[in-house]
Amino acid sequence: MYADFLSKKLSDAGADEGCMLNVTVAGKTYKGVLMPHHEFSGQDIIILKMKSGYNIGIRLDESSQIEVVSRPVERVKPETAEETKKGLKTIVLIGTGGTIASYVDYRTGAVHPALSTSDMINAVPEIKEIANIKANVLFSIFSENMTVPHWQQLAKAIADELNNGADAVIVPHGTDTMGYTAAAVAFMLGDVSKPVIFVGAQRSSDRPSSDASSNLMAAARFCVNGNRAGVFVVMHDGSGDDVFAVHNGTRVRKMHTSRRDAFKSINVPPVALVDRAGKITFNCDGRPVSKDRVEVRSDMCQDVVLLQFYPGMDPVLFRDIFMKSKGVVISGSGLGHVNSNMVPLIKEAVDNGTIVVITSQCLNGRTNLNVYNTGRDMLNAGAITVMDMLPETAYAKLMWALANTKSTEAAKGVMKTPLAGEMSDRRVML
Amino acid sequence: MSEEYEMMCGIEIHQQLDTKKLFCDCESNLTEEAAGGIYRRLRPTTSEMGEVDRAALAQFMRGYGYRYQSCPCETCLVELDEEPPHEVNADALETTLIFSELIGASVIDEVQFMRKIVVDGSNTSGFQRTSLVAVDGSIDAIGKKVGILSVCLEEDACRKIETTADEVTWRTDRLGIPLIEVATAPDMRTPEEVLEVASRIGSLLRATKRVKRGLGTIREDLNISIPEGARIEIKGVQELRLLPDFVSNEVKRQKMLVRVRDILRERGTKPAAVEVVDATEIFKDCDAKVIAAALKDKGKVLAVRLPGFAGVMNGDNKTLRLGSEMAQYARTVGVKGIFHSDELPNYGIEQSYVDRLREFLGMTGEFDAFVICAASEKKATVALELAVKRANAGIEGVPEETRDPLPDGTTRYSRPLPGAARMYPETDVPPTPIPAARLERIKNNLPEFPEQIEARLVKDYGINAQQAHQIVRQSRDDLFCQIASEFDLASVAATTFQNTFQELEHEGIDTDLFTYDDLYAVFSGLKAGKFAKEAIPAILKEMAKGTDLETTVKKLGLSAVDAGEAAAIIEKIVSERADFVREKGMGAIGGLMGPVMGALRGKIDGKQANELLTAAIRKLLGQ
Repeated sequence: MYADFLSKKLSDAGADEGCMLNVTVAGKTYKGVLMPHHEFSGQDIIILKMKSGYNIGIRLDESSQIEVVSRPVERVKPETAEETKKGLKTIVLIGTGGTIASYVDYRTGAVHPALSTSDMINAVPEIKEIANIKANVLFSIFSENMTVPHWQQLAKAIADELNNGADAVIVPHGTDTMGYTAAAVAFMLGDVSKPVIFVGAQRSSDRPSSDASSNLMAAARFCVNGNRAGVFVVMHDGSGDDVFAVHNGTRVRKMHTSRRDAFKSINVPPVALVDRAGKITFNCDGRPVSKDRVEVRSDMCQDVVLLQFYPGMDPVLFRDIFMKSKGVVISGSGLGHVNSNMVPLIKEAVDNGTIVVITSQCLNGRTNLNVYNTGRDMLNAGAITVMDMLPETAYAKLMWALANTKSTEAAKGVMKTPLAGEMSDRRVML
Repeated sequence: MSEEYEMMCGIEIHQQLDTKKLFCDCESNLTEEAAGGIYRRLRPTTSEMGEVDRAALAQFMRGYGYRYQSCPCETCLVELDEEPPHEVNADALETTLIFSELIGASVIDEVQFMRKIVVDGSNTSGFQRTSLVAVDGSIDAIGKKVGILSVCLEEDACRKIETTADEVTWRTDRLGIPLIEVATAPDMRTPEEVLEVASRIGSLLRATKRVKRGLGTIREDLNISIPEGARIEIKGVQELRLLPDFVSNEVKRQKMLVRVRDILRERGTKPAAVEVVDATEIFKDCDAKVIAAALKDKGKVLAVRLPGFAGVMNGDNKTLRLGSEMAQYARTVGVKGIFHSDELPNYGIEQSYVDRLREFLGMTGEFDAFVICAASEKKATVALELAVKRANAGIEGVPEETRDPLPDGTTRYSRPLPGAARMYPETDVPPTPIPAARLERIKNNLPEFPEQIEARLVKDYGINAQQAHQIVRQSRDDLFCQIASEFDLASVAATTFQNTFQELEHEGIDTDLFTYDDLYAVFSGLKAGKFAKEAIPAILKEMAKGTDLETTVKKLGLSAVDAGEAAAIIEKIVSERADFVREKGMGAIGGLMGPVMGALRGKIDGKQANELLTAAIRKLLGQ
């Protein structure tokens, strides 16, 4: 936000972003192109891009002068036509936003979502060598702003594409909540007959070191050569650009704030690794691709909450939440515990018809409420456990289970039955 | 430009700062402790027009990649491009502001960091973070005001460790060390002026007391042009004393190329077509090393005819050397070199081969020439294309280039001059406002100018102006003052910093690498009588190998000798030469000082030895 005097000066001079200006402050004149104002810049500062390419912030006052030297020349971006090559499979990209699908306007420095097909494909032209790519943008939001209706819309769009000739769908997605979306879509698409792959980027695609294009390439190669149906997440396996991991969409979690290999499969190995030459190494069996029609069951019950237990958690504070929700997922300590003060609240809620699902904030390992007194009390109160399911996955699954069953008991049964590889009762040393 | 001049030169100086790294909490050292090798690739990004740099993209598509080594205290996730940059290092910014005020530059009100795209792998991110901090300063040198166009604060790049056909290995210790970049106006007109200006900027940088010392911590880029020549950038000169050589050699080179141009134009030489022909058959029995080796590797000998180029590739008594320029272009693709007709027969290629090739190429014209290359067909073809491109550019004059400095003061072609840098905002680093009050405070507390420090040293410690100049030039003034006032050793310290250091430099020792603590310890030891001042050169020589002071003193057998012990040794020397002493009387002192110092050098000082020797002689003579 500019100060009032500065807004007025700029508009009086007709100085829009992109205009070449002469700005005179205290007898010194700077010439440069007006850049967008930075959120953290002072209100009396304007940013000019100098001929050298550097941006500088100049502080103006009432006596400063602004003169427009020239106006920006409108540039027209060349559009790339979609090409179709015979013999190649068809992959549809469904854009949702996030780092992977944004680009920087190098002229102004502003970050924009990639809005057109060509924007997205142009970032990785070599992808056209391995598949015919179609792209459309469903929405363009940061993943922290995703909501349940977004998941539902996305699942339907994926099913439509797969039922209309696509061999696979790749969903570029913001990484913060990509694990949640992948899990929710996995339940909605059930036994999907083709690969559906979520791909993100930890470094934006304006950077030469971005992981966006290499992740996208690995995903496309897995779609084309993997012969594996299901909902997956493909990201870097390590810090290097040489190995990429294919994770089951219900088993994956963002485990680092910034590293390229932030996504890890928890309690299971990644489904497969793809190297930079495209070689795929599988770690487990799965469903092969088939021609079956994809059915979507996208109903969700949104009266579900996800809570993390902490020492001193006070039932008084949470009573309303427990009583008003149809489902509560608790990320408990250790084997799945809450403190004993919370146990009566669990009982009250369960008696009131709420499903209380216990997972572990350890993430690694299975819950087990038979081992300690508190656990046994929790079971007696009516809480259920879901083996080694991730808290976020349990949250998405509980919403889906409540909406797609006729009774609380049936929903509990669904929670305890593996549907999309989200849980298992056997863990090995990894 | 109306002014008459022989050449024009501007300098860009990059000085490492002695702070932590610019955007993280890592140490800014170079180290041999390095591990790992994270594999990365850098993809040329699309421009605002949706276009990609084709040459860079072609390299990417060929699978070119980089490996990054990590170092224990010098690498964190920020260097590895796995964590966003932290806020700019406050000390580094402060030092840049101090320097900007020292040269009277206008500091930018709000500093914005930029990403300057660099896809050679030297930055893990694919860009260098850089900011313009001040503009329009000046320094007093070469008898006038020399303009300083800009002062930037930026990150240093990785160090190149190894290059193979499809990978470069980089070490991340240097990446992120803060650099001040100082760019002068093209105000210098002679090689000597370039040296003087560079020295002056160097000493002003050191006046901030926050810069690193030692080879490689300050690097200069030179921009040189002559009338009718072109702008040539010589990048990364590390040795200040070679600056005049680089400048004068470059002026000579450009003048030579202007002569070549005039000759070619007079002849009406037209750009040669790149028609590469296979001449392997002609050379199949040739013994020349390069050719035989290439053919053994299933390579080929390819040739191109160059009508009109005879005599300028290597002619007029070797003063015309377009051929050497062509070879430098060709070598960038990894061939050993090229041969051209001006230099043949030679290198084991006999006249008979030359004659057959001339006939094969149908060379009849007076100035017809040829160039050949022996290597794999693909490499040789590209090498010849580049060589011919360079030959043809000779008709136009001097091509704009970036050149690498060589240890002998000459340069080698590196790459075409880069176009305008592609820069866009580093959105991860917030803009830094520089309030007027901060600048006012800096202005009121500016460090002394070098000449002020020199005058103070002369006045306060009684050393001569030349010594003071040397001490300040080496940025040892704080240490000197401490030694002078704490140990009362001003004169010894001044001699050490001027004469002894000069001797050590001649022996190839980088005296910049002695730390403050090293040198303080030496003078502290001297004061405590652990050795004599005569031992200092030997001690420093040993310490330059990395030995600590205590070990050095032991190793050199300098452990303190008390006066009694020394007297006993001297009495022994005197008694062994009793006849000589009796014959010469007190005059024997001169003759005996040699053997005495031979036995006691470094253990006691000369004055004390003289006194003890006098006493011993008197004793013998019974005086």
